[in-house]
Amino acid sequence: MSEQDNPRREFLRKTLTLIPVVTVASTGLGGSVLMATPDAQAAPVAAPPVAASGPAYEPTYFTAEEWAFVNAAVARLIPADEQGPGALEAGVPEYIDRQMNTPYASGALWFMQGPFNADAAPEMGWQSKLVPKQIYRLGIAATEELCKKAYNSTFAGLDSATRDEVLKQLEAGTPKFDSVPAKMFFSFLLQNTKEGFFCDPIHGGNKGMIGWTMIGFPGARADFMDWVERNEQYPFPAVSIRGERA
Amino acid sequence: MSTVMKKVDAVIVGFGWTGAIMAKELTEAGLNVVALERGPMQDTYPDGNYPQVIDELTYSVRKKLFQDVSKETVTIRHSVNDVALPNRQLGAFLPGNGVGGAGLHWSGVHFRVDPIELRMRSHYEERYGKNFIPKDMTIQDFGVSYEELEPFFDYAEKVFGTSGQAWTVNGQRVGEGKGGNPYAPDRSDHFPLVSQKNTYSAQLFQKAANEVGYKPYNLPSANTSGPYTNPYGAQMGPCNFCGFCSGYVCYMYSKASPNVNILPALKPLPNFELRPNAHVIRVNLDSTKTKATGVTYIDALGREIEQQADLVILGAFQFHNVRLMLLSGIGKPYDPKTGEGVVGKNFAYQNMGTIKAYFDKDVHTNNFIGAGGNGVAIDDFNADNFDHGPHGFVGGSPMWVNQAGSRPIAGTSNPPGTPAWGSAWKRATADYYTHQVSMDAHGAHQSYRGNYLDLDPVYRDAYGQPLLRMTFDWQENDIKMNRFMMEKMGKIAEAMNPKAIARIGKQVGDHFNTSSYQTTHLNGGAIMGTNPKTSALNRYLQSWDVHNVFVPGASAFPQGLGYNPTGLVAALTYWSARAIREQYLKNPGPLVQA
Repeated sequence: MSEQDNPRREFLRKTLTLIPVVTVASTGLGGSVLMATPDAQAAPVAAPPVAASGPAYEPTYFTAEEWAFVNAAVARLIPADEQGPGALEAGVPEYIDRQMNTPYASGALWFMQGPFNADAAPEMGWQSKLVPKQIYRLGIAATEELCKKAYNSTFAGLDSATRDEVLKQLEAGTPKFDSVPAKMFFSFLLQNTKEGFFCDPIHGGNKGMIGWTMIGFPGARADFMDWVERNEQYPFPAVSIRGERA
Repeated sequence: MSTVMKKVDAVIVGFGWTGAIMAKELTEAGLNVVALERGPMQDTYPDGNYPQVIDELTYSVRKKLFQDVSKETVTIRHSVNDVALPNRQLGAFLPGNGVGGAGLHWSGVHFRVDPIELRMRSHYEERYGKNFIPKDMTIQDFGVSYEELEPFFDYAEKVFGTSGQAWTVNGQRVGEGKGGNPYAPDRSDHFPLVSQKNTYSAQLFQKAANEVGYKPYNLPSANTSGPYTNPYGAQMGPCNFCGFCSGYVCYMYSKASPNVNILPALKPLPNFELRPNAHVIRVNLDSTKTKATGVTYIDALGREIEQQADLVILGAFQFHNVRLMLLSGIGKPYDPKTGEGVVGKNFAYQNMGTIKAYFDKDVHTNNFIGAGGNGVAIDDFNADNFDHGPHGFVGGSPMWVNQAGSRPIAGTSNPPGTPAWGSAWKRATADYYTHQVSMDAHGAHQSYRGNYLDLDPVYRDAYGQPLLRMTFDWQENDIKMNRFMMEKMGKIAEAMNPKAIARIGKQVGDHFNTSSYQTTHLNGGAIMGTNPKTSALNRYLQSWDVHNVFVPGASAFPQGLGYNPTGLVAALTYWSARAIREQYLKNPGPLVQA
């Protein structure tokens, strides 16, 4: 089914403005918070949502412009919708920014000795000399340039449908960026978004364990002796490493 | 200049399963033993502390326990006509690092071997004729029989605390209707522990397999079904199916590991020393090149240290053993053009196929529940349990549901055609994460003239030594077998009557994909056998060329098995240790005359 044919998307575009974030509320982070989600029609995403319990996260790696892109992109990759809150509410941008300061993001976990053959077949695995920090910097800049040329707007200034269109182009590798393959940039963006949605909250994402709650993953409970053989829904909510309960 | 350490009786390179078993056996024989492990010290505490270990991002996604490829990796090419490229990020396989090796982060599926796979070439020639085996297929016999190894399989299971159900014990049928495997070879004793519980997924597989007419059995698992104390006095607690098994340190003392099952018995010994952060760079030979004098390693501070020893055990991971032999000049390197030489020859893997079945919300498979070794399998298409004649391929495959625990970052999966992001992805992920069954055909992989290991001419490790180069690709026999197994396993999946099925098998023309995980079951390169012209080691895992070097591990397998390799690796190590203790130490020299 193509996105254009998706009646639910049409429904969302027309009607969705406010979603009660029940799972976040139940963590005690903020009693009766109603979290605004962008109106799909009108809706530039300028700033990340503010958690009820404290000041907004300040990025340490991304610039203000890059930060706006990351927020606007992850909000489309895992959107807030009738299914529940999405990547923004889970703190995915914070997660990605924090990851940028880990050995992973500087390629320190990988074998990075040359010579490199960036044109190798996909089944040869990772062969680029780029590392995640560079991939984000270059990929965001190239995507912003594309948006400026095509729409005379920043990515975050586009409406949801157009942002989805741009993301689909990146996913398919349609734009031919000089600095970084569009597909490569997109694959990091999507992989890290899912990591931030589903990781333990100690890493800065999955706030209120909303990712785990959405799919029924019980987190760090890690003791299912009495549930092994049963064809029953597991009844207990998720817990985190720090002992928070969803 | 190297610092020279006091000479010991035996030095062991690598402290995973084979290193730990050898250390225990050789210290029992009264030898002074030093084990050199290139990675750090690791143990249940602190590396497996609950709840810190229940962290998917840190462990399996960022690969905390696996080989540090920033320092050393392998290069890979599909044929001699390609330029090999480094495996820059671990993907297809996940070797370990540090004390315990891959034995600390493995799953725990603990099989023996199908007896015919120990005499693969002889068996196929006898049953199907010499022409049945493709010309470029270089399968061989191990040179040791199941009957000879049986006592060592039995002992290894007792050391590991393995859970399972025998089919026959000393010829008496004991496993009918209880989850025993009618194709399993005879045993001298029961498993130390009864089978683990079956997850609901495994129950669905069992029911469907029965309906299709196959003979399901409980997987033998080195995850404990109850409390257990092994012959070394090591204590284990019952596995609670936490779902953080493969890729993790077991916080419950339930998954067998060198750290839990053997190290506690070694630690107090005055004649044993474990030296972590000691990266062996070569085995040193005397001027005759027929005797090793010890090894040289780099310590944590980067100093070069020489450890002299009368006996050298290469107990590192499969491809590290092969690389060390090549770097040290032990045995003649294999040449794929002439087919001559032995070190690097018969490099083989595992031929995997996977099917996922997706269900409605009334089927609760709860995939976060899991234990690495548990499950239900069939052997109807494993080994030579069916007539290969009409099908024209060599090799077999067990098939199973082995629900080891699926975690949300890497373990979610949706029916074919689901978008990778957006609301539709979100809906499907919520709908299917706890309502799906994943089953594998864990196919044997054969050895071929063109699949081999040597040293890379371009890329080097952090110490300036050449990386190991893999030349490897799927062959026609592999694709044929994989398609056959996928079709058979598909019948089981269809009998479960799911909403949707995803089939992940091999197609004609597919190349080895270095980036997608298959298994860490790499075999060969330093193979055992009966003839020094066609094998690097004799039947006791002793180098034909340098008699005081023994090389236990899956590097000794002349081809891959249908089953997981660890059970045979452990049994062969005990078998080799017995030969060292009872024959070699009394009269050091070749145990088999060439």
